[in-house]
Parts: sequence; C-alpha cells; structure tokens
Amino acid sequence: MADVAIRRRRMPRYLNLRYQPGFGTLAILCLVMLYAPIVVLIIFSFNENRSVAVWTEFSFDWYRAAFQNEGIRDATWVSLKLAGVATVVSTVIATAAALATTRTRAYRGMTAVYLVINQPLVVPEIVTAVATLSFFALLRTELGIYFGFGNLIIAHTVFCIPFAYMPIRARLEDMDLTLEQAAADLYATPWQTFKRVTLPLLIPGIVAGAMLAFIVSFDDVIITAFVAGPGETTLPIFIFGAIRRGVTPEINAISTIVLAVSVLFVTLFYFISRRSR
Amino acid sequence: MAPASDILPTGADRAIAMQRAGINLDEHEAQQRRRRWMLLSSALLAIIIFGICPLFIIVMYSFLSPDDYAGVKWEFSTDAYVQFLFERDIFEESVRVFNTAYLEIYGRSFLLAIYSTFAALLFGFPAAYFMATRPPETRNLWVFLFTLPFWTNLLIRTYSMLIIIRDEGLINIGLQKLGIIDQPLVMLYTDFAVGLGLIYSYLPFMVLPIYASLEKLDFRLVEAGFDLYASRYRVLRRIIIPLAKPGIIAGCITPIMLGGGKNLMIGNLISLQFGSSRNWPFGSAAALILMAFVMIALMFYVRTSGGGKVRAHG
Repeated sequence: MADVAIRRRRMPRYLNLRYQPGFGTLAILCLVMLYAPIVVLIIFSFNENRSVAVWTEFSFDWYRAAFQNEGIRDATWVSLKLAGVATVVSTVIATAAALATTRTRAYRGMTAVYLVINQPLVVPEIVTAVATLSFFALLRTELGIYFGFGNLIIAHTVFCIPFAYMPIRARLEDMDLTLEQAAADLYATPWQTFKRVTLPLLIPGIVAGAMLAFIVSFDDVIITAFVAGPGETTLPIFIFGAIRRGVTPEINAISTIVLAVSVLFVTLFYFISRRSR
Repeated sequence: MAPASDILPTGADRAIAMQRAGINLDEHEAQQRRRRWMLLSSALLAIIIFGICPLFIIVMYSFLSPDDYAGVKWEFSTDAYVQFLFERDIFEESVRVFNTAYLEIYGRSFLLAIYSTFAALLFGFPAAYFMATRPPETRNLWVFLFTLPFWTNLLIRTYSMLIIIRDEGLINIGLQKLGIIDQPLVMLYTDFAVGLGLIYSYLPFMVLPIYASLEKLDFRLVEAGFDLYASRYRVLRRIIIPLAKPGIIAGCITPIMLGGGKNLMIGNLISLQFGSSRNWPFGSAAALILMAFVMIALMFYVRTSGGGKVRAHG
C-alpha cells in the first residue's frame, strides 16, 4: 500500500528506496536482445527479394511458397500428430502422478518417486537422445520389437511427463482444501468429490501442463533427430535441414507462422488464467 | 465403507476422528497406499522403462566394442574410456599416448557455458530486480514479456540470431553501408556466436528464478539499510543480493545443466559417434561422462541451496 501512495505523489527518483540506477536500462536492453532477432525474422519474411538482409518490397510470396511446399506440409502434419498424442498421454499420466504426490503425508519412497518423475529434466537432452536410440535399436535387433512411429511417440511422451507434471502439481498445492472437505462433509464419494470439485478447480493447471508439454514436444530437435525413422520428419527437423542448405525467406515465413501460433496460444492462456483468478 | 475421511485433518486429530467414525485405520491406510501407487504406476513405469532403462543400456554399450556398421559387438572392452584419454600410437599398436583433445572439448564447452551464464547473470539480475520493483499492475506484463520468448521455438530463435550475425547479415550489411568496415566481420561459427546463442537461451531461465526470489523480498530490510546510512550500492550488495541468493543459484545452475546438452561441441562429438563415426561405445562413454559432470553440478546445487528439500515439500 505504502509504495502505491508514494507513486501517486510522484516522489523524485532519489527518494524511491527501490530504485537502482541503470537497472531499467538493462531490463530494456534484455528485452531488445530477446525480441530484436525475432522482429527481424518476421520483417524479412515479407520481403519480396530473396535476401534476408536487404529490404525491397512487401509481399506474401514466401508464405505462398511455404504453403505450397509439400515437405513443409508433411512435416507440419507429423509434428502435430506427434505433439498431440504425446501431450494427451503425458498430461493424463502427469495428472494422476500429481494427485498421488500432493496432499499426502510424507511416505516411504516419496523422494525416489520425485527423482524418477524429474529424471527426464535432469539428464542432458543429448544423453537421453543417444540412450533412447540405443534402447530402441537393442529392442529391434535382439527382440524384434519395433513400434515404427510409436517409438517417437513414446520418446516424446516420456520427456513431456515432468513438464506437464510441474504446473499441475503447483496448482494442486495452491488449491483450497476446504472446498473438498465441504464436499466430503456433504457425503460426496471420493470419486464425486474429484469429478465435481477437484477436477474443475484443477483445469487451469492441467491446461498449463498440456500446453507446456505440447510446446516442448513440438519444439524438440535433438531427441527427434536421433529416434525418428525414415519419413518421420517433424517441422523443426525440416527447418533445421533447410537452414543447413541455405538461408531463405521461405524459412522465415514458416518460422513466423510457428511463432505466431505459439504466441497466440500463450497470450490466450495468459488472459484466461488471469480472468479465472 | 466409503473413506469420506480422506481429506479430514491430519495427524492425531484425524486418527481420533476416524476411530470415532469406526473406520479401521490400518485398512484405510492400505487402501490409500494402493490408490496412490495405482495413480503413480503409469508415470513410474513409463519413465523407468523408457527413461532410466536406456541409461543402463548405454552404460552397457560403453563397455562393449564397436561393430563395423552401426551398433555394438558383444565383446567386453574398456576401449571407449581409454580412447577418451589416450590415443593409439601410429606405429606401435600397444603404445598409448596421452591425448587431451576430448578433454579440451569438454573443458571449452563448460567454460563457454560458465562465461555465458555469467553474462546472462549480469543482464538478468538487474532485469529481474527491475521487474520485481514495478507496481503490481504492470509487473505481470513484464513477466509476460520475459516469458514469451521462452515459449517460442528455440531453433527458430537461434535461426533469427543467425540471420542477424552472419556474413551477409543485418549487422555486417549495416556497418558496411555506413562505411565503418569493408570486410564483413566474421561472427558466425565462432565462440562469440555460440556464446551469444547461449546467453540468448539462458536469459529467461536466469530472470525468472531471480524474479521469484526478489518478488518476496521484504523491502523493510532495504529501508532499514538506508536508515543506517548505507548507500544504494551497499544496500544492493549487502542486503538485496544476499537475499536473492537462492534465485541466483537456481538461475545459474539451470543453464549449466542445459549447457552441457545444448552446447554444440559436446553434442556434436556425441552425435558424430552415433552417426558417421559409427562408434556407439565411444559415443555412450562420452554421453555418460557428460552426465557425470551435470550430476556433480546438480549435487552441488542441492547441497548449497537445500534444493532437494524445497523440491520434496513443494
């Protein structure tokens, strides 16, 4: 309250206890550094010229080219299928795990459970990638087990679990217990309590977890590059290959679309979660 | 009997209440335990089978010998680890020469990660402090602006960096047009470019934990510092930074952990062994050595900040 009053009266800066010289400039500089490359990328996706450094004229040509590119279309479809399945499965698994690891008294094995759930976060991605590759190779050569596209889905689901788990657990821990107690007092069975009280309250956490899982899966390059079989090119892998062949505004165009979709998602979520509060 | 008492008070109160209600405590406990493990089973099975088992497989692979095509031959060998430190003499098969090439790759990777982390801290701490001292209404917007890039594709962000700093990129063309330079500055494919890319990807990981700890900062302590005639700098150094230490440590450790895996040099070395070099055992050994370094960093973190406890109890 006090600082609001101070602000209203427009105290000079040297009297503001919280002021530190130069910090604001550095914060702005950080934002410039974070956003400038992205802005340049977007601007040059609309450039009529082939160059991504010299502006000539505004055009949608590169977007048309990107939409007509069959490689991009296929890769987008593979990415969406993969991220969609991995998100749904990992979010369901993570919700169950979050329900089992919150609001209980400490029990034997709880630390071990946390370690296991967080394992995909702790191990460097390149290590997970080669380990998963070796694992599936061994399954195939020694036991003849091969899931095809399923290999990729399994790999993605596993590393999405901790990402989906974190926001769901955070939400469960912040939730007001008294509502559930009230439901129990009114003779609701545990299942009814869960369905009617816990689950609706938990939805924002589940949505956040699912979004995080989707983005993590949709963005992944390293694990996908190792585990994917022939013909399983995801969008980031396609973009990566295209960048190696040369920088073109077509990559800018498809990148801009991917950026726009993620920004839209996050912005929507930001406003939804703010309203529900 | 329906355990409607699942969410009754805990501890002694709960035991008494349940006994009064005629619920068998042992049976209830057992039922709860069954339910808990049922809920956990899918997550645990998935991660143990597809996340932890593979790690044991590369441990095994690292002690086998490479097959001519891809994969491994089932012959025990410690060559993979020996190769990491020693090189076979060209003339004499049995003579081994100490070779630091691989160690240097690791050393350089970690050094670069540490420099970049430090640079990210220099920018990230003031930014986090600035965010934490905004009025509540605009604070959310700042957090949003800093988290937004984190949600966008890292590959695309790295690519956008590339189109700025490459030889025909915006910076070089701009400088050439202004007549400051005639030859383009070579920035791409240098340590500078890798460092810049690392800072770029670390920044959100640095800002958010520091912000989280600064947001809870009790500014009465700052006030007290000023009352005792401390300068602004002294307040920052003696009060604010020490209180933000958990956030700073968390912010620094995440990049170092990620740094190992995201860092191009180690990543390239490992993936080369699984690709064109076709030496899976050596690749496995290199991956395990990387993981060992990361685990040591993590243990250091848990030790210094009690991070393990914080995590376990939320």
